[in-house]
Amino acid sequence: MKYHQAVHDVPVLFEACEKPQPGTMFDATVGGAIPKELVREDLRIPDLPERDVVKHFVNLSQMNFGVDNGLYPLGSCTMKYNPKLCDEVVSWPSIANIHPLQDPSTIQGALRLMYELERMLCEIGGVDAVTLQPAAGAHGEYTGVHIVRAYHESRGETRNEVILPDTAHGTNPASAAMVGYDVLEIPSKEGCVDIEALKAAISKDTAAFMLTNPNTLGLFEKDVREIAGVLHDAGALLYYDGANLNAIMGKTSPGKMDFDIVHFNLHKTFATPHGGGGPGAGPVGVNRRLEEFLPVPRIIKEGDRFALDYDRPKSIGKVRAHFGNFGVLARAYTYIKMQGGNGLTAASENAVLNSNYLRHHLSKDLELPYGQLRKHEFVLSGRPLKAKGLRTLDFAKRLLDYGFHAPTIYFPLIVEEAIMIEPTETESRDTLDTFVEVCRKILAEDPELLKSAPHNTAVRRLDEARAAREMIFSWRAYEKKAAKDQAGSV
Amino acid sequence: MGLSKCSLEMLQEMGLKSVEDLFTDIPKEVRTNGLRLPDGMSELELRRELGSMLAANRTADSHPSFLGAGIYNHFIPAAVRTIMGRSEFITSYTPYQPEISQGMLQALFEYQSYMAELTAMDVVNSSMYDASTALGEAALMSNRINGAKKFLVSRAVSPERRDVARLYAKGAGIELVEVGYDRPTGTVDLEDLRSKLSPEVSGFYFETPNFLGPIEPHWKDIREILGQKTMVVGTNPMALALLRPPGDMGADIVIGEAQVFGAPMSLGGPTVGVLGCKSEHVRKMPGRIIGMTADLDGRTAFCMTLQTREQHIRRSKATSNICSNEALLALGAAAYLAVVGRTGLQEIAAKNVGNMKALSARITKISGFRAPHFSAAHFNEFVVTSDEKASEVDRALLSKGIQGGHVLTKHFPELGNAALYATTEMHTKEDHDRLIEALEGIR
Repeated sequence: MKYHQAVHDVPVLFEACEKPQPGTMFDATVGGAIPKELVREDLRIPDLPERDVVKHFVNLSQMNFGVDNGLYPLGSCTMKYNPKLCDEVVSWPSIANIHPLQDPSTIQGALRLMYELERMLCEIGGVDAVTLQPAAGAHGEYTGVHIVRAYHESRGETRNEVILPDTAHGTNPASAAMVGYDVLEIPSKEGCVDIEALKAAISKDTAAFMLTNPNTLGLFEKDVREIAGVLHDAGALLYYDGANLNAIMGKTSPGKMDFDIVHFNLHKTFATPHGGGGPGAGPVGVNRRLEEFLPVPRIIKEGDRFALDYDRPKSIGKVRAHFGNFGVLARAYTYIKMQGGNGLTAASENAVLNSNYLRHHLSKDLELPYGQLRKHEFVLSGRPLKAKGLRTLDFAKRLLDYGFHAPTIYFPLIVEEAIMIEPTETESRDTLDTFVEVCRKILAEDPELLKSAPHNTAVRRLDEARAAREMIFSWRAYEKKAAKDQAGSV
Repeated sequence: MGLSKCSLEMLQEMGLKSVEDLFTDIPKEVRTNGLRLPDGMSELELRRELGSMLAANRTADSHPSFLGAGIYNHFIPAAVRTIMGRSEFITSYTPYQPEISQGMLQALFEYQSYMAELTAMDVVNSSMYDASTALGEAALMSNRINGAKKFLVSRAVSPERRDVARLYAKGAGIELVEVGYDRPTGTVDLEDLRSKLSPEVSGFYFETPNFLGPIEPHWKDIREILGQKTMVVGTNPMALALLRPPGDMGADIVIGEAQVFGAPMSLGGPTVGVLGCKSEHVRKMPGRIIGMTADLDGRTAFCMTLQTREQHIRRSKATSNICSNEALLALGAAAYLAVVGRTGLQEIAAKNVGNMKALSARITKISGFRAPHFSAAHFNEFVVTSDEKASEVDRALLSKGIQGGHVLTKHFPELGNAALYATTEMHTKEDHDRLIEALEGIR
């Protein structure tokens, strides 16, 4: 297994920027249309030939690793291969060149797409109604927790607490706090929700419990119905974090498990690529009694026409301008239609198969806390590395040298030196076997090789503390600092 | 479902017989049996079906559109699409492993650099979902800066942004208070601003150019009136090619929508929320920030930084819950700005102003129409008032295959029969001719 990432010297674009010659500054008043005191005096943006710009970004792209380059087993992120048709359709003018404020009669195709996507997500999630407006998973959580709040307020109750397990994604507590809730974390028991701890934590202040199932260890929370019962008896709601939905499609659904609110990560489960951090989309599904709280507008069907309904007095309002990330919605729609019901079920089956296959082999080499059978992902502990003076970080960095993206590391927090692996369904057995082989090879390597890894990437390990200390977040800041350093040295 | 030979072998290696053995941990009472969705389609079938379904959309190419209101139809050079189409960028995740993700990290640093230059702010993060959520987060950030629980928002902002900001404020227990605009000019009503100030107010949000089109001339007065309070400025980054940047006005926080740089309208999303601030506020800022540093060999390199602000570290004490953002579109904005350059950008912006002048002058010559409604200077968007009901005008234009300006009657009833018209470099003289002819047919 050989890998070497491209290394290019790619200067920051602004290095080529010369100060405009006096007198060459553009007439920013546009012949007096804008008063002189309102126009800018300077604009330091480089003028570059298109040829150089394309070279710049193509060379940068070669110093970037994506799913299309190879295995990207980043736990909880579901980095599956995405069919290319999904990317292509969003460049069609019928998707790209339509405006959100067009008369609904002129965007019937787009409204139909969204209406049908909502219905398909209802089936997959086992829910009654879906909003497509949230722009990301965390934004879906934020929307869902606002719905929790609106629900309790509509019943004249003020409940100020959201409970979640200590294995929860960091976005869960952050989203609950942003909606104004106090957050109570309960410890897990053998990797799953400790029902006794949950019962002890629940009070008349409990608004909701946020859970992902399978959880972030990849374990299925078997007692989910009992958990739901406990919550519902206390008048609280159960929230489903959909980051791990790729494990269960066609096998169970959040609705079937008695969750009240669900968010979907379209950029994970439904093959809309992650774009180096986004865009994503985080639709939210709810059961019938919560439908009236969904954001406006709702897309409704009147005969064979689609219309927008803003007349929802109990709606939480808007979480994002317009309809959400339509381009991402169109990708997910395409993906679901391409797979069909059987294809999605098979996707989950193969995701779980691949995960357990890797778990089966790798648990011989590293520790596997908390039981055997996992769903789409599993978490190993890098604790055995400590004997050689190594950490999980070193192991992860060394994987990069073999052309594998590293797994998620140091999460969930309850596993020491955690290594969270999610291979997804789109990787072949050959790839998985090579990954196992490479992991074993690394574990047998000279520890110094790991400590100093990576060696085969565009750059070596970074001085991340320096980035935080020097706070150079732009070329302006860099130049300011350079000028200051120069003045200091004179 | 039949398993492949390979899958069977994998199961056997684990001592399992069927794929169902992998799902025995899901209790029977919550099991479902497959999905009630149609079977999958081939790429060819699906392409046909999608094409025919989407043909029901009228696009800005086939029907001239004068909508703006925050989402604009600008030209996208082919090179931008080529750059954004690189699958190494598209198919990567958030750059958690910087050594193997330098391409995206440097591109995002360049995006931050372009935005910092255009806005003249010390730091711009690597993107928010859109301008509306950026405004919501800015209101929360203003509260974090000085602890005060009221936030003033100009009335001359998009109702979409105002609604989103209201929800964000509600979550944080912050009250939004509206500040009116001056009726003849459409700019901030300074008297109203003064009257709404109190010790409970953390800051004030206004836009330039604002939602209704006017460029704000009174920034010095606003800065002075606000004193130590947070000044939050919303802007159209395209207009900043020409206009005095918010940083020069003394803004504490800047927000905007960078969809204008290389992203299609796409029914309003995905777009790119811009959020920048003075360096003294950076630790109160939401979102990912890319910083410059060096690797072990001293080679210049980039990584995500100040992550202790973020949800994956700070959990419920984070500055925001944001995780996924709009990185690919931020990269697209950097590519756009690199391709057009300073000269190109200023020419495009000037063309927008020129088209605004030309179109508003022609509309106002038609009897029964007045444009621009406000006396302030404008960029590429302006309010048209008419004797006829704005919704009737809209309907008449639609029947002639033209999408008119955004009708304002519902959200700005004080303007009477009003609509917001945008015109960009995409409009040809023939597009303007068609609109004028159609409007003349209405009177």
